[in-house]
Amino acid sequence: MRKTIHNILRRKNLVVGIVITMSVIFMALFAPLLTPYHPIDDADLMVSEQPPSRQFLFGTDEQGRDILTRIIYGARVSLSIGLLSQAMNSVIGVVLGLLAGFMGKWWDDIIMGLTNIMLSIPSLVFALAIMALLGPGLINVFLALGFTNWSYTCRITRSQVLSARELNFVKAAHALGYGKIRIMLTQILPNIVGPILVIATLGVAGAILIEAGLSFLGLGTQPPTPSWGGMLATAREQLFTAPWISIFPGLAIFITVLGLNLLGDGWRDYLDPRISRQ
Amino acid sequence: MLDYALRRILQFIPTIIGISLIMFCLLNVLPGNAALMAGDKRELSPEVIEQMKKNWGLDKPLYYRYLVYMKDLAHGDMGESFLRQEKVNKLVASRIWPTLRLAVAAMVIALTLGIPLGFFSALRQGTWLDSSSMMLAVSGVAMPQFWLGLLLMLFFSAKLGWFPTSGYGDGDFIHLVLPAITLGLGSMALLARTTRAAVLEVLEEDFIRTAKSKGLSTLLINRRHVFQNTLVLILTTAGLQFGSLIGQTVIVEKLFSWPGLGSLLVDSIFLRDIPMIQGGILLIILAFLIVNLVVDLLYCVIDPRIKYQ
Repeated sequence: MRKTIHNILRRKNLVVGIVITMSVIFMALFAPLLTPYHPIDDADLMVSEQPPSRQFLFGTDEQGRDILTRIIYGARVSLSIGLLSQAMNSVIGVVLGLLAGFMGKWWDDIIMGLTNIMLSIPSLVFALAIMALLGPGLINVFLALGFTNWSYTCRITRSQVLSARELNFVKAAHALGYGKIRIMLTQILPNIVGPILVIATLGVAGAILIEAGLSFLGLGTQPPTPSWGGMLATAREQLFTAPWISIFPGLAIFITVLGLNLLGDGWRDYLDPRISRQ
Repeated sequence: MLDYALRRILQFIPTIIGISLIMFCLLNVLPGNAALMAGDKRELSPEVIEQMKKNWGLDKPLYYRYLVYMKDLAHGDMGESFLRQEKVNKLVASRIWPTLRLAVAAMVIALTLGIPLGFFSALRQGTWLDSSSMMLAVSGVAMPQFWLGLLLMLFFSAKLGWFPTSGYGDGDFIHLVLPAITLGLGSMALLARTTRAAVLEVLEEDFIRTAKSKGLSTLLINRRHVFQNTLVLILTTAGLQFGSLIGQTVIVEKLFSWPGLGSLLVDSIFLRDIPMIQGGILLIILAFLIVNLVVDLLYCVIDPRIKYQ
């Protein structure tokens, strides 16, 4: 245990990643306790577009709402979209990957054909297509992202299953008369959890970026709900007169995505130290 | 080689059919609703909506519409825009060049900065150059493009006044600079990282040691042995990056009011112009596939060890 902790602390990137990610989660969970204002109701046109001050640390937006408050509440939107949609992607990817790898034959052909098609569509473009069907809105963004990014997980799962199938303990389980589903769930799945979680962490970061992008285009979270991408979309008109409205929400996205990426990369290196040599 | 190229090109056809099927089903899954949605901002009587459906052929069953769509597509016809009373082909044609220009300029930035950066930081592993360029690489990947674009506008247009804030101008170079940097930085970061990792791997190979012990100069080793052996990996990454660049033009074009395919696509999504959306998405994916095909074919030119059955 102590050795594990020591091993983690030795990796600076991983530590920074963990700290940033934890802070964002903390912000999202305890948003009402951390902020003196309300993100939507405390609009006051008397104090609109105020530069950062003691009263409003990050300044106020065009409706006189405290930007810091809206950023803290915005963490809720970004994190929940990122986590939920990536959870959906992971489940779809793992289930399809297990099926393709374990069932073989035409299961494999159909699933891998679909996966290859999905891999050849840029994820932002695919998400846009789904948004075009469903229309703007928070739930629709979640659905769009939840169906977009599973192909990578599916490929990794399948290849892991194919190599695990030849391992002796899986063959032993087969000889013992375990059913296919039982082998999949008890023998193979636990062995591939690590890499899948790493992909998921990086996927959450990607999903947060795409959500912010969609909201920036006006297709994602709709005002007045505070979201980082949405705040940037409305900030564009005041870019030159009140730059703080654009600077801070973008910084929030940047730091969060950076943290998740560092966490994912660091974790991967931790699981597979052969790579981290470089 | 020729055999392989031919087979790769033939593989293209089922992929395109698959993609067009998925996209068609996605965008047309609710029967007849395109007409309703196109009219949702206006007060339209049921008769008008019926007429609209008829005009656009939406009263026909889904499979029939798909077959018609595919038949037209096989002739290179992407249908007619719902709202603009014009062929999608014509609307798209004027938008391809600006998007292509932007994506190529961004790719040039990514390649000319990313590869040398990765190369030199690998050769000077552990120095300040290495750690700072890797820091840059990690941040570049996490940077939301529209935010980077806003920051560039704020600094280079508003503060320094070097470049125009947005717009296409009359296609001049100066309007291209900021959008291209915005679009290219993420790919540059990723390329730098991949190059560095690839170079470090090659440096540990036996043939590098042999070359060193033969007394070859470092310059020659780096150019002949290291660079050539990392080229395949770098090229793969570059190909994939170019594809995703074309997808990301959507956001950058919207931010800089760039009259390209991406901004046309976003506008069409708001207008629910289904044939237009279908055409735009199909073109973007097609571009992505073509780039990767070209990269695949280039492999055999670069690395004669790669043989294709």
